[in-house]
This record gives sequence, structure tokens and C-alpha cells, in this order.
Amino acid sequence: MMAQPATPATLKPQLMTDPVLQKRPENRVWKKFRSHRSAMLGGLLVGLFVLMAVFAPILPIPDPTATDWGAVRQAPSAAHWLGTDEIGRDVLSRLVWGAQASLLAGVISVGIAVAFGVPLGILAGYFGGWTDGIISRCTEALLAVPFLILAIALAAFLGPSLTNAMIAIGLSATPVFVRLTRGQVISVKAEDFVEGAHAIGLSTPKILSRYIFPNILPPVLVQATLTIATAIIAEASLSFLGLGQQPPAPSWGSMLNTAKNFLSQAPWMAMWPGIAIFLVVLGFNLLGDGLRDALDPREH
Amino acid sequence: MLSFVARRIVIAIPTVILISIFVFGLQKLLPGDPILAMAGEDRDPETIAFLREKYRMNDPVWVQYATWIKGVVTGDLGISLRTNQPVTELIAQKLPVTIQLALMALVFALVIGIPAGILSAVKKGTITDYIANVVALSGLSIPNFWLGIMLILLVAVKWQALPASGYVPPGEDLWLSLKTMLMPAFVLGTALAATLMRHTRSAMLGVLKSDYVRTARAKGLAERRVILKHAFRNALTPIVTLTALLFGELIAGAVLTEQIFTIPGFGKLVVDAVFNRDYAVVQGIVLVTAMGFIVMNILADAAYFVLNPRLRKQ
Repeated sequence: MMAQPATPATLKPQLMTDPVLQKRPENRVWKKFRSHRSAMLGGLLVGLFVLMAVFAPILPIPDPTATDWGAVRQAPSAAHWLGTDEIGRDVLSRLVWGAQASLLAGVISVGIAVAFGVPLGILAGYFGGWTDGIISRCTEALLAVPFLILAIALAAFLGPSLTNAMIAIGLSATPVFVRLTRGQVISVKAEDFVEGAHAIGLSTPKILSRYIFPNILPPVLVQATLTIATAIIAEASLSFLGLGQQPPAPSWGSMLNTAKNFLSQAPWMAMWPGIAIFLVVLGFNLLGDGLRDALDPREH
Repeated sequence: MLSFVARRIVIAIPTVILISIFVFGLQKLLPGDPILAMAGEDRDPETIAFLREKYRMNDPVWVQYATWIKGVVTGDLGISLRTNQPVTELIAQKLPVTIQLALMALVFALVIGIPAGILSAVKKGTITDYIANVVALSGLSIPNFWLGIMLILLVAVKWQALPASGYVPPGEDLWLSLKTMLMPAFVLGTALAATLMRHTRSAMLGVLKSDYVRTARAKGLAERRVILKHAFRNALTPIVTLTALLFGELIAGAVLTEQIFTIPGFGKLVVDAVFNRDYAVVQGIVLVTAMGFIVMNILADAAYFVLNPRLRKQ
């Protein structure tokens, strides 16, 4: 591939003749993604919940924290489409507002995991040696503690709140991104174009930002999407245990926590939050699987 | 074989040390002062001083760590602030309950996940494969605590077929014990079955493409024999390794499952400890699960060794 001496001027055209890049990668990926029916369904589900969360304040629904002692544990009706809870709050309204907590928790905690995990992974993979040694040992140690146990422990020691749950979930998910990024960087580092960039004397930050980072981005994106699904379940689990969103603020996990005490009297209370979690998590899982197929260069 | 396992143990040592530092460090994240909380409303200075001395809060951090780790090595994980019982004793009491739940769940996971994975790999691209994949993906997306709640609603409240909660030790009444644990084990097992099915499917797909499977077919062996004896035996190696890695999911799932079905196990212990700010218990549990994970990994490597004769020669 490197027949002529590499200078910045010759290196670029060479990259452009790469058959994978030549086909306008954005178009190829988008086309493949669009033809992937389940991925589109995933996107649709996620989009729907995002709209619900964003427009929660202007939707014609009651205040999610407004109690009504005259309408306690009422079955679904015209006034309350999904019924009311144990202190007369509208379940639909709490469900819609709960989407905010869930999506925020998913996105922010994965944001934390990416913000810590990717740079650490790049450091470990690119520099190797003792930097890699230290980072990798720490990653292994954190990976040995099950995700939820770690999140529970952190939430316990930091104190229960939605913010702390997000920090805990984010930190627990970090090792996965360190590992993934490290592996990707090691394989990209061995590519001819990185060696070429070295040969023409580009600085390390430039090599990292121009050549390494764009190439490790697709797998990180796929992993991030799938991790959002896991993070949403983790937030719901923590809230279910009472370690996430604190009452009276609505969250699907804590709605299920109260609902389990009224199973025989008010089964609708337990039904909808679970379905909501299932659908949004399914959405992110489908989206992630679809992105993986669309971004996989081996299968075009 | 022994030297192989010994080498794996040596490699795990720095990880174990790091975990211990991390677990110890957890208590430094505490927002309030647990001693003040323990001293009660009147905050008598003498009581506070006594408690500080008792829990060695006056020593420098590294001395605290050294004392703590010395205890950990000899099996002393500290004393529960809440019940005044040794943490090791508490964990030893609750662990068998969770092990019973985990083993029963694993049976469900293996019985559902592996055949489904083999079937969907063998019938790749057919409607069977499609259905198996949809079910597995749904299994991965359903929060298992919700599945538990729905099952209680259906099986225990509506049909009254199984008890909704509780725990009976197998030594007391084996039949009732299995009956009470059936629903929780199913809930926990199905979550793992989905992951296991996906792993089995991809391992089988890899093996089915190999030359020796083609050879076995060319020899005219029955398809059943080709799949179970030639393909599955070889796909088993990655499946065993991945099953060991499911340990984490199993423990995490157990925490939630025990909470829903009010099973007095390991998971219930950690959740109660969190609310009681009984941090010695939380630390002990994090440490024990992490060690469990490392042991499972070493066992998985050993199993890999046993299942893969090619490794033995090296």
C-alpha cells in the first residue's frame, strides 16, 4: 500500500482510494441501516420515548406528583387512562415523566463511562508498557465486581439519589469501554496509515485525534447504544431497590417498587412501568444490533 | 494442568490486591460520619470517642487498611454495625440460600438456553431461528424484577399455584423448598437463558462451518450425531467460559430476585445493609462477590484446559 514516500500530501489521496472509504461511508452505513427493519423499529421506539420525555411538560396530562385522595388506586378509566396509584397520582402522567429519568440516566451514565473509558483505553492501547499495565489491572479489578453490586455499593456509599445512581452506573460501565477502546487502538495502531503518519513526523496528539480516534469510533458507538439499554435497566433496578430516583419524583423503577405492594388490589400499577422499561430497552438493543451490522466493514 | 492453574492464580494476585484497596476505599466515600450516626441523638463525646477507638477511626488510613486486610486474610470481615454479628458469619448464613437460588436458576438457563441456541444455529435463517432470536432479545430487554412481579400476579395471586414469597430450607422440607424457589429460579434463569442462547448460537454457527463437520457429514453420519457429537462438543469450550462469566449477572439478578420474592439471601443482605448504612457488610459482600468472580474465572480456564486437549500438550 505504501509504494511512494508518505508525505501529508500523498497520504491523504491514498486514504481516499481505500475502497471502503471511496463509497462515501456515511451513505453506505445509512443505506444499510435503513434496510435493517429491526434497527428501524428500534430507532422508532427510542424516538417515541425521547419525544415523550421532551414534551412531557407541555402534554395535556396532570401533574405527576399531584395526589388525589378521592381517587386512590382507581382502575384505568376515561379520566385516568392508565389508572391511579396508591395516593391517587395519575399513572400515565408518572409514566411519561418517568421517561425523563430513565433516558437521562441511560444517556448520562453512558456519557460518563465513555468520557472516562475511551481516553483511558486510548492511553493503555497506544502507549502500552506500564501505562497499559496499571490501567488494565485496575480495569480487571473493577470488572470482577458485578455491575449491579458495584452500582449498589457506590449508590450506598455516595447516598441514594438519581445523580449518584447515574455516577455509580457510569463508573461501573467504564471498564467495558476501557477494554473495548484498548483492543481497538492496538489493532488500529498496527495499520499502515498510522505508521505512515508516524513516519512523516506527525505529533502524537495529531495521530490520536486524526487517525486513531475516527477509526475506533464505530465500535464505541455500538457499545454505547447497547450499554444505554443496560444502564436504563440498571437505573430502574436501583430505583426499584430505593437507591435511585427518590420519591415523589417519578421513575419507572420506583413505581414498580410501590406497585409490588398492591399487586392484588391494583395490578395496573405494576403493568405499565414494566412495559415502558421493556420497550425502551428493546429499542436501544435493536438500534445497537442494527448499528453493529451497518457499521461492520466486513459485511458490505 | 496444576501448573496452569497455579499460573492463573499468580496472575490474579494483583487484581485481588486492587479489589481489596477499592473495597476498603469505598468507606472513604461516605458522606456523613457513621460514628455520629451510631452514637445516637445526644452525641455524647465519650461514646463517640469510644466508638472511634473501637472501629479504629483514629488511625492513619494505611494503618486502617493494614488492620482491615489482616482481618480479611484471616476471614474476619469486621462486625456488622447493625446486628453486632461478625460479617463473615452473616454472609455464611445467607450464602447457601443464594447458592440454591443460583443453581436452580442455572438449571433453567442451561435447559432453555443451550437447546434453543443449538436449534437456532442449525436452523439458521428459518422461522425457528427468527422466533428464538426475538424471544432471546425480549428476554434481554425485560427487567427481570418486573417479570417476577408479573409472575407473582399470575401464578401466585390469580392461580394460587405457587407461594408468592418466602424461603424454606431444603433440609426442612425438600419438596416445599423446591416449590417456593421454583418461580424465583425461573425468573432469574430466563434472564441468563437469553444470554446463553446467543452465545451458544454464535459458537455453534462458527463450528458448523468447519471442515471436520463437513467431513463428518461426508462420511454419512446421522445429522443428530454430527450436531451433538462433532459440532456441539467443540462449541462447548466457549460456552463453558461464558457461563462462568455469567456469574456476575447471576449474582446481580439474585439481588433483585431475592428482593421481589423476599428470600433471605445474600442479595437481601446487601440491600438491607445499604439502608442500615451497615458498610462493613456492604464491603464484605463486594469483596466476596469479586473473589467469587475471580475463582469462577480460574475454574473456567481450568475447564477450558480439560475440554480442549490441544492445550494440554503445551
